[in-house]
Amino acid sequence: MFSNAWVYLAIGNFTEGGALSGGEEQSRGRVPRERRHEDMIEQRSIDERRRTSAALDEARLRQQAIGVRLRQMFDEVVNEQVPDEFLEILRRADKRSSENG
Amino acid sequence: MAGPDESVPPPRSAAVDEAFKRELVQLIPHLRAFARTLCGEPAAADDLAQDAMMKAWDARNSFQMGTNMKAWTFMILRNQFYSEKRRSWRQSQLDQEAAERTLVAVDDPEAPVALDELRQGLSMLPAEQREALILVGAGGFAYEEAAEICNCAVGTVKSRVSRARRALHAILEGGAYDRDGRSAGDAMRSILADAERLSTLR
Repeated sequence: MFSNAWVYLAIGNFTEGGALSGGEEQSRGRVPRERRHEDMIEQRSIDERRRTSAALDEARLRQQAIGVRLRQMFDEVVNEQVPDEFLEILRRADKRSSENG
Repeated sequence: MAGPDESVPPPRSAAVDEAFKRELVQLIPHLRAFARTLCGEPAAADDLAQDAMMKAWDARNSFQMGTNMKAWTFMILRNQFYSEKRRSWRQSQLDQEAAERTLVAVDDPEAPVALDELRQGLSMLPAEQREALILVGAGGFAYEEAAEICNCAVGTVKSRVSRARRALHAILEGGAYDRDGRSAGDAMRSILADAERLSTLR
């Protein structure tokens, strides 16, 4: 359904911490070292083995995609402004305890 | 997590309270995020996060400064969530169906499609798998810390996370997921497309 290269590019920029800044065209032209190595092995393999390896690779990359989104989902809330109510409640409790304590 | 130093907690003082409060305030955004994944509905999640924050404050003398306050407060929040659930729901309802309702309630029209689908997918996981995946995969906790928070063995957390990842992948990818007549593959495609879009923005 997706080519490995496409999936890698979709995810690769994330895993490399956004180090690639040259935009989409440059990203597409770049062959990651990890992939090159695997490609060399695959060239010597029979077709079936290549397909299995590619499927495993693709599954791993998709897991990374899910991981990125999962963190993003969580971080979206983390980055929201905390409602004043929270600090207000805590401030009142602190005041109470220092008066009583 | 408590470290090798098991000395008696220091006597209560204003300075200790102040340090505790500072650290607790920094954790509020994370408590809110975790509560949101448990409750789904933002207002209910903030209530839960506030309750947990106050429980942590009230229990501050039992917390040893210098140990992992984030894990400690997450544990408090989680316990609070499940004790509230036990009160309000019959035990028989503590099943996957109930867990599904909580997250499906999330409906932010502004949210990107893929995020919404991820939430939907998460909501289909058993609660214990979902929380393990969120703690480790999004909350930044080590397996050992997640195990303490969930009060279970490290191996159990590992297996839950692994099963959750596989299940979520299958849901987003395969036939288990279907909504609004759209095919399952669309969910995964939109997640990947969005990942690419975001990566080009950096």
